Amino acid sequence: MTFTAPHVDWAHLSPVLIVLGAAAVSVLLEAFVPARRRRTVQLAFSAAALAGAIVAVAALWSGVKSSGGVRVLGTSLIVDGPTLVLQGTIALLALISLLIIADRTSTGEDAFAPSAASVPGSDYEELARRQGLAQTEVYPLVLFATGGMLIFPATGDLLTLFVALEVLSLPLYLLTGMARRRRLLSQEAAMKYFLLGAFASALMLFGIALVYGYAGSLSYADIATATQNPTGLDTLLLVGAVMVLAGLLFKIGAVPFHAWTPDVYQGAPTPITGFMAACTKVAAFGALLRVVYTVIPGLQWDLDVVMWTVTILTMVVGTVIAMVQTDMKRLLAYSSVAHAGFILTGVVALDAAGVSAVLFYLLVYGAATIGAFGVVWLVRERDADGVILGEATHLSQWAGIGRRHPWHAGAFALFLFSFAGIPLTAGFVGKFGVFSAAVDGGAWPLALLGVLASAGAAFFYVRIVVLMFFSDAPADEAPAAAAAPEETDVAVGGGTSPAVATLVAEKAPALTTTVVGTEGFAAVAIGLCALTTIVLGVFPTPVLDVISHMSTFLP
Amino acid sequence: MSSDFPWLTALIVLPLVGAAVLWLLPAGARRHTRTVALAFTLAEVALGVGALLAFDTATAGKHQLLETHQWIPSLGVSYAVGVDGVGLALILMSVVLVPLVVLAAWREQGSEGDPSDRLRHFLALALVLEAFIVAVFAARDVFFFYVLFEAMLIPVYFMIGAFGGAQRRYAAIKFLIYSLTGGLIMLVAVIALYLQGPGGPDGFLTDNLTNLAIDPTLEKWLFAGFFLAFAIKAPMFPVHTWLPDAAQNATPGTSVLLVGVLDKVGTFGMLTLCLPLFPAASRWAAPFVIVLAIISIIYGALLAIGQKDLMRLIAYTSVSHFGFIVLGIFAFTSTSVAGSSFYMVNHGLSTGALFLIAGFLVARRGSQDIADFGGLQKVVPVIAGTFLVAGLSALSLPGLSTFVSEFLVLVGTFARHPAAAIVASLGVVLAAIYVLWTYQRIFTGPVRDGLETMPDMRNRERWAVAPLLLAMLVLGFVPGPALDLVRPPASVTLEQVGVTDLPASAAEGSNP
Repeated sequence: MTFTAPHVDWAHLSPVLIVLGAAAVSVLLEAFVPARRRRTVQLAFSAAALAGAIVAVAALWSGVKSSGGVRVLGTSLIVDGPTLVLQGTIALLALISLLIIADRTSTGEDAFAPSAASVPGSDYEELARRQGLAQTEVYPLVLFATGGMLIFPATGDLLTLFVALEVLSLPLYLLTGMARRRRLLSQEAAMKYFLLGAFASALMLFGIALVYGYAGSLSYADIATATQNPTGLDTLLLVGAVMVLAGLLFKIGAVPFHAWTPDVYQGAPTPITGFMAACTKVAAFGALLRVVYTVIPGLQWDLDVVMWTVTILTMVVGTVIAMVQTDMKRLLAYSSVAHAGFILTGVVALDAAGVSAVLFYLLVYGAATIGAFGVVWLVRERDADGVILGEATHLSQWAGIGRRHPWHAGAFALFLFSFAGIPLTAGFVGKFGVFSAAVDGGAWPLALLGVLASAGAAFFYVRIVVLMFFSDAPADEAPAAAAAPEETDVAVGGGTSPAVATLVAEKAPALTTTVVGTEGFAAVAIGLCALTTIVLGVFPTPVLDVISHMSTFLP
Repeated sequence: MSSDFPWLTALIVLPLVGAAVLWLLPAGARRHTRTVALAFTLAEVALGVGALLAFDTATAGKHQLLETHQWIPSLGVSYAVGVDGVGLALILMSVVLVPLVVLAAWREQGSEGDPSDRLRHFLALALVLEAFIVAVFAARDVFFFYVLFEAMLIPVYFMIGAFGGAQRRYAAIKFLIYSLTGGLIMLVAVIALYLQGPGGPDGFLTDNLTNLAIDPTLEKWLFAGFFLAFAIKAPMFPVHTWLPDAAQNATPGTSVLLVGVLDKVGTFGMLTLCLPLFPAASRWAAPFVIVLAIISIIYGALLAIGQKDLMRLIAYTSVSHFGFIVLGIFAFTSTSVAGSSFYMVNHGLSTGALFLIAGFLVARRGSQDIADFGGLQKVVPVIAGTFLVAGLSALSLPGLSTFVSEFLVLVGTFARHPAAAIVASLGVVLAAIYVLWTYQRIFTGPVRDGLETMPDMRNRERWAVAPLLLAMLVLGFVPGPALDLVRPPASVTLEQVGVTDLPASAAEGSNP
């Protein structure tokens, strides 16, 4: 028996290879570079890798544009227009996130536990903190996750899809548990994310098995052929397809698979939350688009009910629950659920306009999300002695920061207006795109519901703007403390129940809210996000054109 | 200047430049905040006059000063501006009101050089708003119109929320949520309308979307989507409830721009978008709209009579007046439509004057409660006199410009719907009650304790009010030139709606 080596088109794999290769090297750097220089080296190396991926995408661009796309590694990976757009978006957003992840702010501390392995509240943890240890493993983890995300939307068969899902998920589970403050909350979030993620993966794997049982192949093209005229084993195929979709919808954070979102977004280190909220969503929507458009169009009639139900639920539940949130990170989490619903309206539209609308929406949503979480990370609590503590995430703590920190609050308001879809911000162009694709595709009830949900969503975005600019800072009153979670440097708290918070608040020292300075990285990142949001809001044409020329899937 | 000069773009850009200059003003020059703002707004008035001279009044029914450039071709969006007589009249009215607001905003926002620097931000926001308003009255692209329609909410939102009275946050949110809801529903209609049109890189041009053959049922839905947004903005019964709260809690300057100018976008939209884009649906909906308009007229007037708060009272009188404007638009006679167009201008002048003078009173007394005033005629005769003139314009006294427009609306309406015109006339009677009774409570009778030393109108305040009163008198006695601007567009609108005009010969003869 002879083994024929498959022909590998290395060039078209270059974005993925650069990032995954850099991730592997980055692990070695961890071992060989002296501790005090490790952060600098890792940061420069990771940023260079992500920038390299962007360059690689750009280099492949015109070739793919003219050829329409290439299948690589048999049919395992498909490098076509949407793949490149999504890979470019993911690499760009990851690079911006990396700047925020790396920033140690004026407090000199990054967002991660000095030693993630230490028991929260232990002497060892305190020692690690005083020694100034830093968990630079964050960088290879981010690179691995990004590598998985780059593969995810490019997959050409279900097995690769599953592997990519795991590659991108596992580092995220770890990163979620590494917060410097409120460590129990962070670890709890990581555990929840891991368990629910494993459950979703299992569902998906089972679905893959069922689809394989029906189609006799894992390749998208073969499955699409087999499902053109579904007969006989319909049930097998339908159940399988729904389970695969469920796995993808879990990553997207669509209702009813959204339960992990608020806890994980709240518990994870805030820069990681931004990274995960933006990049994971881009990658997962990319994979979902490909599956819906190229694998199961034959099942459209049967699956429309599922997709419509999920879309409606996602928009409504995300919006309604976000309205009653009092924690900034949880609010943004539910808002991201609602946005998943808005993007799904473009997916359900099932036409070429829908694809480019979704791709554009993902870019602008990602930029605004990273920027927003970047600002959240800089807004901190300060105790009576002037010591800077953790993030001030309770809404009441944001009162009046617009007066004292107009630039930060202004940028945050810009991101919120973009989320709300106010014209002249990028979010409006994005929303317009998906809703008009939905109306065009005959899904006008979804668009109508979408705009009503947008109006509802505007309510809580605007409430934050009011709070930042029109409310007076609670200088002498106690409301800041009333909601401030119990917290010291070693953060033993995980309690989020209002009763506990109130009980503790009576004894807690008065905390004030302040905005810490950055080392420059986070400021650049937030500035880039704000610039993207404005420029794509006023002059979206170049980007829209570029995307619309690259929005055809290779069947 | 050459006829190619982009008058409208200049009118849009200049206030934006002014806002940028104000925001970038170095700390040393901030003493001159008001002067800078005033200079920009006066230059804007000069530009407006220039545009008027460049405008050919003989063909006022056609859109002129056109500029069309592709903006987002992939979405079919263009930057397209152009005005007919109505648009130009409203732009002129707006640019005249803004410098007066700048003049009047002396006290309320803190003085110049105040460390909080609130005045500078307020005036910059007002300039941004001015740019959006000019653009929205000039927009000839449905998408561009929609973008401005929504974007102008933001400066107003900050003007109410950051500078207003006690309940300002509530009022600002209520204003924004009402407007956004209407606007977003309109967005769906905008998208659906585009899909009915020819599409392509300039598929959103208003001209490309008129005279479409739309399925009648769909047309009614699209009309409803647009109309709801405009009815909220106008505001009409039963979606008017945000206005009294906004007017009560905003500064008088904000109220002038909000009620006097911004709300005109609602009626302007009905006139220039709803009617031409959806003629059949407009005819279908007209009876229903007329009933709503009459309810607005009577209900607004009755509520105005019952108000204790001076600013709320003026807001409710506007609900009543907007009822007249909508009534005239949907009565579909050239007289009534021209009357409504002219009414929009006059209402801006009249309500602007009322809000400004009421603002002077409130600033002196520190209270908006009518019961806190009394006998001021002897103490502040000039304020009393100007308030009376502005009030009489609100009740449409002959000789003032509002009389001409209200008369045209009623006569024009009578030709088609006699009953509606008769019921609406009751609004005039009610107007007499709310104006004169308010005047009586504030200015006549014994002087209230503590009010004896109230200072009369200062020079600055006189300058702010005088142009408005003068304009009302001039347009009241010589309405001809203004009517020349609004009559031809009215005929064009009727052609587009496809109804035959009913002559109101009495109206022609009795014009003063």
